[in-house]
Amino acid sequence: MATDPVPAVELRGLVKQFGGHEVLVSIDLAVMPGETVCIVGPSGSGKSTLLRCINWLERPDRGSVFLHGVRVGYRRSDGGNVLMSDPELAMLRTRVGMVFQHFNLWPHMTALGNVIESPIHVLGRPRGEAVAEGERLLEKVGLADKRDVYPAFLSGGQMQRVAIARALAMRPEVLLFDEATSALDPELVGEVLAVMKDLAREGRTMIVVTHEMKFAREAASRVVFLDNGRIVEIAPAEVFFEKPASERARQFLERYR
Amino acid sequence: MTLRLDVIWKEWLQFALGLGNTVWLCAVSMLLSLLLGVLFVVPLMSRRRYVRAVARTAVDSGRCIPFLLLTYLVYYALPSLGLSLDKWTAALITLVIYNTAYMAEILRAAWVHLPPGQTEAGRAFGYTGIRLFRRIILPQVLIAVGPVVGNQLIQLIKDSAFLSIITLPELTYAANSVQSFYFVPFESFLVATLLYWGLCGAVEYLVQRGERLAAMVRRGHGH
Repeated sequence: MATDPVPAVELRGLVKQFGGHEVLVSIDLAVMPGETVCIVGPSGSGKSTLLRCINWLERPDRGSVFLHGVRVGYRRSDGGNVLMSDPELAMLRTRVGMVFQHFNLWPHMTALGNVIESPIHVLGRPRGEAVAEGERLLEKVGLADKRDVYPAFLSGGQMQRVAIARALAMRPEVLLFDEATSALDPELVGEVLAVMKDLAREGRTMIVVTHEMKFAREAASRVVFLDNGRIVEIAPAEVFFEKPASERARQFLERYR
Repeated sequence: MTLRLDVIWKEWLQFALGLGNTVWLCAVSMLLSLLLGVLFVVPLMSRRRYVRAVARTAVDSGRCIPFLLLTYLVYYALPSLGLSLDKWTAALITLVIYNTAYMAEILRAAWVHLPPGQTEAGRAFGYTGIRLFRRIILPQVLIAVGPVVGNQLIQLIKDSAFLSIITLPELTYAANSVQSFYFVPFESFLVATLLYWGLCGAVEYLVQRGERLAAMVRRGHGH
Protein backbone atom coordinates (compact mmCIF):
# COMPACT_ATOMS: atom_id res chain seq x y z
CA MET A 1 0.00 0.00 0.00
CA ALA A 2 1.32 3.42 -0.90
CA THR A 3 2.00 5.45 2.20
CA ASP A 4 -0.16 8.51 2.32
CA PRO A 5 1.46 11.22 4.40
CA VAL A 6 -1.93 12.77 5.19
CA PRO A 7 -3.83 11.00 7.99
CA ALA A 8 -7.35 9.83 7.19
CA VAL A 9 -8.42 11.22 10.54
CA GLU A 10 -6.49 13.59 12.72
CA LEU A 11 -7.49 15.01 16.10
CA ARG A 12 -5.56 17.89 17.60
CA GLY A 13 -6.04 19.04 21.19
CA LEU A 14 -9.64 17.84 21.26
CA VAL A 15 -11.60 18.87 24.34
CA LYS A 16 -15.21 18.05 25.13
CA GLN A 17 -17.09 19.04 28.27
CA PHE A 18 -20.50 18.05 29.55
CA GLY A 19 -21.81 20.37 32.23
CA GLY A 20 -18.39 21.54 33.36
CA HIS A 21 -16.96 18.02 33.44
CA GLU A 22 -14.20 17.37 30.93
CA VAL A 23 -15.08 14.12 29.17
CA LEU A 24 -12.18 14.49 26.74
CA VAL A 25 -9.23 16.37 28.17
CA SER A 26 -6.85 16.89 25.28
CA ILE A 27 -6.85 14.27 22.57
CA ASP A 28 -4.18 14.07 19.86
CA LEU A 29 -4.52 11.17 17.46
CA ALA A 30 -3.67 10.48 13.83
CA VAL A 31 -5.15 7.49 12.01
CA MET A 32 -3.49 6.66 8.71
CA PRO A 33 -5.42 5.34 5.68
CA GLY A 34 -5.85 1.57 5.85
CA GLU A 35 -5.34 1.38 9.60
CA THR A 36 -7.72 -0.27 12.02
CA VAL A 37 -7.45 1.52 15.32
CA CYS A 38 -9.28 0.08 18.34
CA ILE A 39 -10.15 2.39 21.19
CA VAL A 40 -10.44 0.57 24.48
CA GLY A 41 -10.81 1.66 28.08
CA PRO A 42 -13.14 1.53 31.08
CA SER A 43 -16.79 2.62 30.77
CA GLY A 44 -17.14 6.38 30.99
CA SER A 45 -13.60 6.99 29.78
CA GLY A 46 -14.87 9.03 26.83
CA LYS A 47 -14.49 6.46 24.03
CA SER A 48 -17.88 7.03 22.44
CA THR A 49 -17.64 10.78 22.81
CA LEU A 50 -14.30 10.75 21.04
CA LEU A 51 -15.81 8.81 18.15
CA ARG A 52 -18.82 11.10 17.94
CA CYS A 53 -16.59 14.17 17.84
CA ILE A 54 -14.97 12.90 14.64
CA ASN A 55 -18.11 13.50 12.54
CA TRP A 56 -19.27 16.28 14.83
CA LEU A 57 -22.36 14.46 16.07
CA GLU A 58 -20.90 15.91 19.24
CA ARG A 59 -19.40 19.35 18.74
CA PRO A 60 -15.97 19.59 20.37
CA ASP A 61 -15.47 22.51 22.73
CA ARG A 62 -11.87 23.02 21.66
CA GLY A 63 -9.34 21.52 19.30
CA SER A 64 -9.79 20.41 15.74
CA VAL A 65 -10.73 17.42 13.62
CA PHE A 66 -9.32 16.80 10.14
CA LEU A 67 -10.57 14.36 7.50
CA HIS A 68 -7.78 13.82 4.99
CA GLY A 69 -6.48 17.24 5.87
CA VAL A 70 -9.86 18.99 5.59
CA ARG A 71 -11.01 20.61 8.80
CA VAL A 72 -14.41 19.41 10.07
CA GLY A 73 -16.83 22.01 11.40
CA TYR A 74 -15.05 25.13 10.16
CA ARG A 75 -14.27 26.47 6.76
CA ARG A 76 -11.82 29.14 5.74
CA SER A 77 -13.29 32.46 4.82
CA ASP A 78 -11.38 35.74 4.36
CA GLY A 79 -8.43 34.37 6.29
CA GLY A 80 -10.58 33.44 9.31
CA ASN A 81 -12.45 30.29 10.29
CA VAL A 82 -16.21 30.29 10.01
CA LEU A 83 -18.51 27.70 11.53
CA MET A 84 -19.92 25.41 8.83
CA SER A 85 -23.61 25.58 8.01
CA ASP A 86 -25.73 22.48 8.68
CA PRO A 87 -25.75 21.40 5.00
CA GLU A 88 -21.95 21.81 4.75
CA LEU A 89 -21.46 19.74 7.87
CA ALA A 90 -23.93 17.16 6.57
CA MET A 91 -21.93 16.73 3.35
CA LEU A 92 -18.73 16.21 5.34
CA ARG A 93 -20.48 13.60 7.46
CA THR A 94 -21.26 11.54 4.37
CA ARG A 95 -17.52 10.85 4.07
CA VAL A 96 -17.58 9.04 7.40
CA GLY A 97 -19.53 5.81 7.86
CA MET A 98 -20.93 5.12 11.30
CA VAL A 99 -22.17 1.95 12.99
CA PHE A 100 -24.04 2.40 16.28
CA GLN A 101 -24.37 0.30 19.40
CA HIS A 102 -28.16 0.09 18.99
CA PHE A 103 -27.96 -0.28 15.18
CA ASN A 104 -30.35 2.65 14.61
CA LEU A 105 -31.70 1.12 11.43
CA TRP A 106 -34.68 3.02 10.06
CA PRO A 107 -37.57 0.68 10.87
CA HIS A 108 -39.90 1.98 8.16
CA MET A 109 -37.56 0.76 5.43
CA THR A 110 -36.54 -2.74 4.39
CA ALA A 111 -32.95 -3.95 4.74
CA LEU A 112 -32.19 -2.86 1.17
CA GLY A 113 -34.18 0.35 1.73
CA ASN A 114 -31.89 1.23 4.62
CA VAL A 115 -28.79 0.57 2.54
CA ILE A 116 -29.81 2.60 -0.52
CA GLU A 117 -31.55 5.43 1.34
CA SER A 118 -28.69 7.89 1.80
CA PRO A 119 -26.82 7.09 -1.43
CA ILE A 120 -29.98 8.04 -3.33
CA HIS A 121 -31.42 10.85 -1.23
CA VAL A 122 -28.26 12.48 0.11
CA LEU A 123 -25.57 11.66 -2.44
CA GLY A 124 -27.96 11.74 -5.40
CA ARG A 125 -26.77 8.48 -6.95
CA PRO A 126 -28.99 6.92 -9.60
CA ARG A 127 -31.43 4.44 -8.08
CA GLY A 128 -30.42 1.50 -10.26
CA GLU A 129 -26.78 1.91 -9.35
CA ALA A 130 -27.57 2.24 -5.64
CA VAL A 131 -29.74 -0.88 -5.70
CA ALA A 132 -27.08 -2.94 -7.48
CA GLU A 133 -24.45 -1.83 -4.99
CA GLY A 134 -26.84 -2.32 -2.06
CA GLU A 135 -27.55 -5.90 -3.11
CA ARG A 136 -23.84 -6.57 -3.46
CA LEU A 137 -23.20 -5.18 0.04
CA LEU A 138 -26.02 -7.20 1.61
CA GLU A 139 -24.46 -10.26 0.01
CA LYS A 140 -21.08 -9.27 1.43
CA VAL A 141 -22.50 -9.22 4.98
CA GLY A 142 -24.30 -12.51 4.32
CA LEU A 143 -27.84 -11.14 4.13
CA ALA A 144 -28.71 -11.24 0.43
CA ASP A 145 -31.89 -13.19 1.25
CA LYS A 146 -33.07 -10.52 3.72
CA ARG A 147 -33.15 -7.70 1.20
CA ASP A 148 -36.92 -7.12 1.45
CA VAL A 149 -37.25 -7.80 5.17
CA TYR A 150 -38.02 -5.03 7.67
CA PRO A 151 -35.68 -4.59 10.66
CA ALA A 152 -38.42 -5.77 13.06
CA PHE A 153 -38.03 -9.26 11.61
CA LEU A 154 -34.23 -9.42 11.87
CA SER A 155 -32.12 -10.62 14.79
CA GLY A 156 -29.79 -8.14 16.48
CA GLY A 157 -26.80 -9.59 14.67
CA GLN A 158 -28.57 -9.32 11.33
CA MET A 159 -29.65 -5.74 12.06
CA GLN A 160 -26.08 -4.79 12.85
CA ARG A 161 -24.79 -6.40 9.64
CA VAL A 162 -27.40 -4.43 7.65
CA ALA A 163 -26.18 -1.33 9.48
CA ILE A 164 -22.62 -2.11 8.37
CA ALA A 165 -23.81 -2.51 4.77
CA ARG A 166 -25.64 0.80 5.12
CA ALA A 167 -22.41 2.50 6.21
CA LEU A 168 -20.40 0.90 3.39
CA ALA A 169 -22.95 2.05 0.80
CA MET A 170 -21.78 5.63 1.35
CA ARG A 171 -18.29 4.58 0.15
CA PRO A 172 -16.88 6.30 3.22
CA GLU A 173 -13.24 7.22 3.74
CA VAL A 174 -13.42 6.11 7.35
CA LEU A 175 -15.67 3.71 9.23
CA LEU A 176 -16.54 4.40 12.86
CA PHE A 177 -17.84 1.57 15.08
CA ASP A 178 -19.40 2.67 18.35
CA GLU A 179 -19.51 -0.47 20.55
CA ALA A 180 -21.09 -2.30 17.65
CA THR A 181 -21.48 -5.59 19.52
CA SER A 182 -22.31 -4.38 23.05
CA ALA A 183 -26.09 -4.61 22.62
CA LEU A 184 -25.99 -8.10 21.12
CA ASP A 185 -26.72 -11.44 22.73
CA PRO A 186 -23.39 -13.25 23.17
CA GLU A 187 -24.18 -15.86 20.52
CA LEU A 188 -24.72 -13.12 17.92
CA VAL A 189 -21.49 -11.21 18.54
CA GLY A 190 -19.35 -13.52 16.41
CA GLU A 191 -21.18 -12.95 13.11
CA VAL A 192 -20.76 -9.17 13.42
CA LEU A 193 -17.10 -9.36 14.45
CA ALA A 194 -16.42 -11.67 11.48
CA VAL A 195 -17.72 -9.00 9.08
CA MET A 196 -15.67 -6.33 10.83
CA LYS A 197 -12.54 -8.48 10.62
CA ASP A 198 -13.05 -8.92 6.88
CA LEU A 199 -13.29 -5.15 6.47
CA ALA A 200 -10.08 -4.64 8.45
CA ARG A 201 -8.31 -7.22 6.28
CA GLU A 202 -9.47 -5.41 3.13
CA GLY A 203 -7.54 -2.39 4.34
CA ARG A 204 -10.50 -0.18 5.21
CA THR A 205 -9.72 2.70 7.53
CA MET A 206 -11.56 1.88 10.73
CA ILE A 207 -11.85 3.36 14.19
CA VAL A 208 -13.45 0.86 16.52
CA VAL A 209 -14.63 1.50 20.06
CA THR A 210 -14.95 -1.93 21.59
CA HIS A 211 -14.87 -4.14 24.66
CA GLU A 212 -13.93 -7.17 22.55
CA MET A 213 -10.24 -7.58 23.41
CA LYS A 214 -9.87 -10.68 21.27
CA PHE A 215 -11.09 -8.71 18.25
CA ALA A 216 -8.76 -5.81 19.05
CA ARG A 217 -5.82 -8.16 19.37
CA GLU A 218 -6.54 -9.88 16.06
CA ALA A 219 -7.80 -7.03 13.88
CA ALA A 220 -6.28 -3.79 15.16
CA SER A 221 -3.10 -2.31 13.77
CA ARG A 222 -2.92 -0.06 16.82
CA VAL A 223 -4.74 0.16 20.10
CA VAL A 224 -5.60 3.40 21.88
CA PHE A 225 -6.14 3.09 25.62
CA LEU A 226 -8.37 5.83 26.96
CA ASP A 227 -8.89 6.55 30.64
CA ASN A 228 -10.63 9.54 32.22
CA GLY A 229 -10.75 11.40 28.93
CA ARG A 230 -7.01 11.06 28.24
CA ILE A 231 -5.07 8.84 25.89
CA VAL A 232 -2.90 6.90 28.30
CA GLU A 233 -1.29 4.68 25.72
CA ILE A 234 -1.13 4.18 21.95
CA ALA A 235 0.66 1.04 20.80
CA PRO A 236 0.62 -1.66 18.12
CA ALA A 237 -1.91 -4.32 19.16
CA GLU A 238 0.62 -7.04 19.98
CA VAL A 239 2.68 -4.64 22.09
CA PHE A 240 -0.34 -3.31 23.96
CA PHE A 241 -1.65 -6.75 24.83
CA GLU A 242 1.74 -8.36 25.61
CA LYS A 243 3.58 -5.52 27.31
CA PRO A 244 1.32 -2.58 28.16
CA ALA A 245 3.45 0.37 29.19
CA SER A 246 1.16 1.88 31.81
CA GLU A 247 -0.03 0.52 35.12
CA ARG A 248 -3.63 1.60 34.30
CA ALA A 249 -3.63 -0.45 31.10
CA ARG A 250 -2.21 -3.46 32.96
CA GLN A 251 -5.01 -3.23 35.54
CA PHE A 252 -7.58 -2.81 32.79
CA LEU A 253 -6.37 -5.80 30.77
CA GLU A 254 -6.24 -7.92 33.95
CA ARG A 255 -10.04 -7.92 33.99
CA TYR A 256 -10.22 -9.54 30.56
CA ARG A 257 -7.98 -12.48 31.33
CA MET B 1 -94.95 -0.28 22.80
CA THR B 2 -94.35 -1.29 19.22
CA LEU B 3 -91.32 -0.12 17.34
CA ARG B 4 -92.30 1.91 14.31
CA LEU B 5 -89.44 0.81 12.13
CA ASP B 6 -91.60 1.29 9.03
CA VAL B 7 -91.18 5.04 9.46
CA ILE B 8 -87.42 4.68 9.69
CA TRP B 9 -87.44 2.53 6.58
CA LYS B 10 -89.50 5.12 4.74
CA GLU B 11 -87.00 7.80 5.68
CA TRP B 12 -83.88 5.69 5.03
CA LEU B 13 -82.62 8.25 2.54
CA GLN B 14 -82.45 10.95 5.22
CA PHE B 15 -80.42 8.66 7.45
CA ALA B 16 -78.18 7.62 4.58
CA LEU B 17 -77.53 11.22 3.57
CA GLY B 18 -76.90 12.16 7.20
CA LEU B 19 -74.48 9.30 7.63
CA GLY B 20 -72.81 10.17 4.33
CA ASN B 21 -72.38 13.79 5.38
CA THR B 22 -70.94 12.78 8.75
CA VAL B 23 -68.50 10.42 7.04
CA TRP B 24 -67.21 12.79 4.40
CA LEU B 25 -67.03 15.80 6.70
CA CYS B 26 -65.03 13.85 9.27
CA ALA B 27 -62.83 12.13 6.69
CA VAL B 28 -62.00 15.31 4.79
CA SER B 29 -61.41 17.37 7.91
CA MET B 30 -59.23 14.60 9.37
CA LEU B 31 -57.05 14.56 6.25
CA LEU B 32 -56.78 18.36 6.18
CA SER B 33 -56.01 18.40 9.90
CA LEU B 34 -53.26 15.83 9.51
CA LEU B 35 -51.68 17.89 6.73
CA LEU B 36 -51.94 21.11 8.76
CA GLY B 37 -50.79 19.25 11.87
CA VAL B 38 -47.62 18.24 10.04
CA LEU B 39 -47.02 21.93 9.18
CA PHE B 40 -47.71 22.94 12.79
CA VAL B 41 -45.51 20.32 14.41
CA VAL B 42 -42.36 21.80 12.86
CA PRO B 43 -42.61 25.13 14.75
CA LEU B 44 -43.76 23.18 17.83
CA MET B 45 -40.41 21.38 17.75
CA SER B 46 -38.36 24.42 16.70
CA ARG B 47 -35.04 25.08 18.38
CA ARG B 48 -36.04 28.75 18.76
CA ARG B 49 -37.99 29.35 21.92
CA TYR B 50 -40.25 32.17 20.69
CA VAL B 51 -41.26 30.16 17.61
CA ARG B 52 -42.21 27.30 19.92
CA ALA B 53 -44.15 29.66 22.19
CA VAL B 54 -46.22 31.10 19.34
CA ALA B 55 -47.04 27.66 17.94
CA ARG B 56 -47.85 26.32 21.41
CA THR B 57 -50.26 29.20 22.07
CA ALA B 58 -52.04 28.62 18.77
CA VAL B 59 -52.36 24.88 19.36
CA ASP B 60 -53.60 25.25 22.94
CA SER B 61 -56.14 27.88 21.89
CA GLY B 62 -57.63 25.42 19.43
CA ARG B 63 -57.55 22.53 21.85
CA CYS B 64 -58.96 24.28 24.88
CA ILE B 65 -62.23 25.56 23.48
CA PRO B 66 -65.41 23.46 23.60
CA PHE B 67 -66.34 22.23 20.15
CA LEU B 68 -69.86 23.58 20.49
CA LEU B 69 -68.57 27.04 21.38
CA LEU B 70 -66.14 26.99 18.45
CA THR B 71 -69.05 26.15 16.16
CA TYR B 72 -71.02 29.13 17.53
CA LEU B 73 -67.99 31.37 17.04
CA VAL B 74 -67.36 30.38 13.45
CA TYR B 75 -71.01 30.36 12.34
CA TYR B 76 -72.66 33.07 14.43
CA ALA B 77 -69.88 35.38 15.61
CA LEU B 78 -67.70 35.71 12.51
CA PRO B 79 -70.52 37.41 10.51
CA SER B 80 -70.35 40.36 12.94
CA LEU B 81 -66.74 40.74 11.85
CA GLY B 82 -67.98 40.81 8.27
CA LEU B 83 -67.16 37.18 7.47
CA SER B 84 -70.27 35.20 6.66
CA LEU B 85 -69.85 31.54 5.84
CA ASP B 86 -72.41 29.06 4.59
CA LYS B 87 -73.01 26.22 7.02
CA TRP B 88 -70.96 23.68 5.08
CA THR B 89 -67.89 25.87 5.01
CA ALA B 90 -68.41 26.82 8.64
CA ALA B 91 -68.73 23.15 9.62
CA LEU B 92 -65.62 22.13 7.76
CA ILE B 93 -63.58 25.03 9.13
CA THR B 94 -64.72 24.33 12.68
CA LEU B 95 -63.84 20.65 12.42
CA VAL B 96 -60.46 21.43 10.89
CA ILE B 97 -59.46 24.10 13.43
CA TYR B 98 -60.47 21.96 16.39
CA ASN B 99 -58.90 18.80 15.05
CA THR B 100 -55.67 20.36 13.75
CA ALA B 101 -54.84 21.46 17.27
CA TYR B 102 -55.13 17.85 18.43
CA MET B 103 -53.21 16.46 15.45
CA ALA B 104 -50.30 18.83 16.00
CA GLU B 105 -50.10 17.83 19.65
CA ILE B 106 -50.37 14.10 18.84
CA LEU B 107 -47.64 14.37 16.19
CA ARG B 108 -45.41 16.28 18.58
CA ALA B 109 -45.75 13.66 21.29
CA ALA B 110 -44.84 10.90 18.82
CA TRP B 111 -41.83 12.87 17.57
CA VAL B 112 -40.58 13.42 21.12
CA HIS B 113 -40.83 9.69 21.80
CA LEU B 114 -38.87 8.69 18.71
CA PRO B 115 -35.60 7.10 19.91
CA PRO B 116 -32.84 9.75 19.64
CA GLY B 117 -30.74 7.23 17.69
CA GLN B 118 -33.07 7.63 14.73
CA THR B 119 -32.36 11.28 14.03
CA GLU B 120 -28.77 10.73 15.06
CA ALA B 121 -28.31 8.06 12.40
CA GLY B 122 -30.00 10.42 9.96
CA ARG B 123 -27.55 13.19 10.77
CA ALA B 124 -24.58 10.82 10.62
CA PHE B 125 -25.64 9.85 7.10
CA GLY B 126 -25.84 13.43 5.87
CA TYR B 127 -29.47 14.31 6.57
CA THR B 128 -30.40 17.71 7.89
CA GLY B 129 -33.37 20.08 8.01
CA ILE B 130 -36.39 19.33 5.82
CA ARG B 131 -34.85 16.21 4.31
CA LEU B 132 -34.22 14.71 7.75
CA PHE B 133 -37.83 15.48 8.67
CA ARG B 134 -39.34 14.17 5.44
CA ARG B 135 -37.34 10.96 5.00
CA ILE B 136 -36.49 9.82 8.54
CA ILE B 137 -38.70 11.49 11.15
CA LEU B 138 -42.10 12.06 9.52
CA PRO B 139 -42.72 8.53 8.17
CA GLN B 140 -42.01 7.02 11.57
CA VAL B 141 -44.10 9.63 13.37
CA LEU B 142 -47.04 9.05 11.01
CA ILE B 143 -46.90 5.29 11.57
CA ALA B 144 -46.60 5.74 15.32
CA VAL B 145 -49.63 8.06 15.56
CA GLY B 146 -51.92 5.82 13.47
CA PRO B 147 -53.79 4.27 16.40
CA VAL B 148 -54.03 7.59 18.29
CA VAL B 149 -55.31 9.34 15.17
CA GLY B 150 -57.94 6.62 14.85
CA ASN B 151 -59.13 7.25 18.40
CA GLN B 152 -59.16 10.97 17.71
CA LEU B 153 -61.26 10.30 14.60
CA ILE B 154 -63.82 8.54 16.80
CA GLN B 155 -63.92 11.64 19.01
CA LEU B 156 -64.34 13.80 15.95
CA ILE B 157 -67.22 11.71 14.62
CA LYS B 158 -69.03 12.11 17.94
CA ASP B 159 -68.26 15.84 18.20
CA SER B 160 -69.57 16.40 14.70
CA ALA B 161 -73.07 15.76 16.09
CA PHE B 162 -72.92 19.30 17.49
CA LEU B 163 -73.02 20.58 13.92
CA SER B 164 -76.77 19.85 13.94
CA ILE B 165 -77.23 23.13 15.82
CA ILE B 166 -76.24 25.04 12.70
CA THR B 167 -78.77 22.86 10.83
CA LEU B 168 -76.12 20.98 8.97
CA PRO B 169 -77.78 17.75 7.79
CA GLU B 170 -75.40 15.24 9.36
CA LEU B 171 -76.53 12.04 11.07
CA THR B 172 -77.77 13.49 14.37
CA TYR B 173 -79.62 16.24 12.54
CA ALA B 174 -81.27 13.67 10.28
CA ALA B 175 -82.33 11.54 13.26
CA ASN B 176 -83.72 14.59 15.01
CA SER B 177 -85.74 15.78 12.06
CA VAL B 178 -87.22 12.32 11.45
CA GLN B 179 -88.19 11.90 15.11
CA SER B 180 -89.78 15.34 15.39
CA PHE B 181 -91.77 14.89 12.20
CA TYR B 182 -93.16 11.44 13.05
CA PHE B 183 -92.85 11.59 16.88
CA VAL B 184 -90.63 8.48 16.98
CA PRO B 185 -87.72 9.57 19.22
CA PHE B 186 -86.80 6.10 20.40
CA GLU B 187 -86.65 4.47 16.98
CA SER B 188 -84.94 7.41 15.32
CA PHE B 189 -82.24 7.95 17.93
CA LEU B 190 -81.69 4.21 18.29
CA VAL B 191 -80.99 3.88 14.60
CA ALA B 192 -78.65 6.88 14.70
CA THR B 193 -76.81 5.34 17.66
CA LEU B 194 -76.42 2.03 15.83
CA LEU B 195 -75.05 3.85 12.80
CA TYR B 196 -72.51 5.72 14.97
CA TRP B 197 -71.50 2.44 16.57
CA GLY B 198 -71.02 0.83 13.16
CA LEU B 199 -68.99 3.78 11.94
CA CYS B 200 -66.76 3.79 15.00
CA GLY B 201 -66.43 0.01 14.76
CA ALA B 202 -65.04 0.39 11.26
CA VAL B 203 -62.55 3.00 12.48
CA GLU B 204 -61.65 0.72 15.39
CA TYR B 205 -60.84 -2.05 12.90
CA LEU B 206 -58.45 0.28 11.09
CA VAL B 207 -56.93 1.29 14.44
CA GLN B 208 -56.05 -2.33 15.11
CA ARG B 209 -54.42 -2.69 11.70
CA GLY B 210 -52.47 0.49 12.39
CA GLU B 211 -51.42 -0.83 15.79
CA ARG B 212 -49.74 -3.80 14.11
CA LEU B 213 -47.76 -1.51 11.81
CA ALA B 214 -46.77 0.73 14.72
CA ALA B 215 -45.64 -2.29 16.72
CA MET B 216 -43.45 -3.40 13.83
CA VAL B 217 -41.74 -0.03 13.71
CA ARG B 218 -41.22 -0.04 17.48
CA ARG B 219 -39.66 -3.50 17.28
CA GLY B 220 -37.44 -2.35 14.42
CA HIS B 221 -35.92 0.31 16.68
CA GLY B 222 -33.88 -2.58 18.02
CA HIS B 223 -34.01 -2.04 21.77
